[in-house]
Amino acid sequence: MSGDAIIMMLVATCTIWGGLVLAVINLMRTREAVDGEPLAEHEL
Amino acid sequence: MSSTPAPRTREAFQSRYAFILAAIGSAVGLGNIWRFPYVAYDNGGGAFMIPYLVALLTAGIPVLFLDYAIGHRFQGSPPLAYRRMARAAEPIGWWQMGICFVIGVYYAVIIAWAGMYTVLSFTKGWGKDPKAYLFGDFLKLADKPGVEFSFVWPIFGVLALVWLVTIAALAAGVQNGIAKVSIVFIPLLVVSFLVLVVIAMTLPGASTGLDALFKPDWSALTHPGVWVAAYGQIFFSLSVAFGIMITYASYLKRKTDLTGSGLVVAFANSGFELLAAFGVFAVLGFMSQASGTPISKVAGDGIGLAFVAFPAIINEAGALGIVIGVLFFASLVMAGFTSLVSIVEVVVSTVRDKTGWGRVPATLAVGGAMAVISLLLFPTTTGLYLLDTSDAFVNNLGIVGAAIASMVVVTFALRKLPELARHVNSVSSFTLGPLWYFVVGGLTPAVLMYLLINDVIDKAKNGYEGYPGWFNGVFGWGMSAALIVIALLMSLLPWHDRSSLHQQATYEDQHVTEEELA
Repeated sequence: MSGDAIIMMLVATCTIWGGLVLAVINLMRTREAVDGEPLAEHEL
Repeated sequence: MSSTPAPRTREAFQSRYAFILAAIGSAVGLGNIWRFPYVAYDNGGGAFMIPYLVALLTAGIPVLFLDYAIGHRFQGSPPLAYRRMARAAEPIGWWQMGICFVIGVYYAVIIAWAGMYTVLSFTKGWGKDPKAYLFGDFLKLADKPGVEFSFVWPIFGVLALVWLVTIAALAAGVQNGIAKVSIVFIPLLVVSFLVLVVIAMTLPGASTGLDALFKPDWSALTHPGVWVAAYGQIFFSLSVAFGIMITYASYLKRKTDLTGSGLVVAFANSGFELLAAFGVFAVLGFMSQASGTPISKVAGDGIGLAFVAFPAIINEAGALGIVIGVLFFASLVMAGFTSLVSIVEVVVSTVRDKTGWGRVPATLAVGGAMAVISLLLFPTTTGLYLLDTSDAFVNNLGIVGAAIASMVVVTFALRKLPELARHVNSVSSFTLGPLWYFVVGGLTPAVLMYLLINDVIDKAKNGYEGYPGWFNGVFGWGMSAALIVIALLMSLLPWHDRSSLHQQATYEDQHVTEEELA
């Protein structure tokens, strides 16, 4: 592979998958909604 | 005053992870695998990553947040959500539901094909000429576009099975059906495709393919068409602006980090299509080397890539080809099925909200109707022509048109962006501000308007695929116009006392206190 292609492959990989990792870390830092509200039952 | 039953509680995902996996399941579909790799290659290769990332950040994610905001704030399927926003906005919701109805009806048959090709992979049953097999023995394609009720019974049977499984999943409910499907299939899809990519990267010639994909053509960045292609790819890839994310967000609990969840969904969707691009171009590189044909001649997208190019590659790859084939086509099935479930759910949710019916009767009614239409039109000798035209028009006119209408109406006619931003910011980690208003109210509608106008002019001048004028007129233009007319008519129907408009309150209507939101 050419040097340019390798660089762009790394840029794409790091930004997109790095963005995913950061987004997951951000989400894990925020508390899950408290289970205080009733869940809906199936309406048959 | 007549007595009314106690207010109903809306179904909900039991955790935000269930929602996130379901949303990823909706977003990750056939287009991630067979559209993105070629669009990237054809629009500057590695340089395309720049407009792609810009589009993700300035259009895809903001519009995803808009859908989440509308669904979570107004707690309904698209017609109900828009109706709660303003009576005059209701047709936009019906338009989005209609788009889902049309897409669901033809999308299912592609999953059927992929399922059949998964089985064919074990024996390379398409023979030495995959193209002739596809259009001949497999689809039995008619000579010219039309509507023939000549059924291809193997496809009919598998399509019926696809609908049975889809109906069963939806009838089980939001958590036990929709969420569980994604909880099982999304990790399986990721693992399958990862294995496929690893195998593909070991094939001789793989680096040639990857070089073709990632080598940057910087001059492409000066072409407006490349930027439009990036915005178009992100827009269609994320499943935004045609009702799915509104519906799914309506099933979230009150205190859900909407933007935090949205960022995970958006980057996961892009992450998967980047993974798909690695896999697709690695095998295309192998094919290029094995056949002595340049990449430009073997690269393709859509049905041609999946059902012609890949079988040809599998033929060249010996025993390893069987593994590649099974993994590839099974991945198409999984990606397609989780998307189909989300598409049909929009219609089911709409019927439930409008009529007050329970989940099972609504699913049987909606699923049954869609299955009948799907089975009548698509497993036939003319099915591919119908699919091709419907898909081209409903995506480029329907989805884009409805998205523009939604953003313009919500921003300028109803001036709802500040209220939606306040709602989102009260529960989310990543807050929305003036930049979001600019993107949703200005930048994205402008880009989409450019896309729409160009497509309308192109189709009006040149037709579509050389199909007869009457055929495009009925199944393209006619279908697109009918969706709008039906949306307007549906919005004239009153909302029954048993409908969710009267029986399910939004979180705001439940007089949430500031302490509860803290």
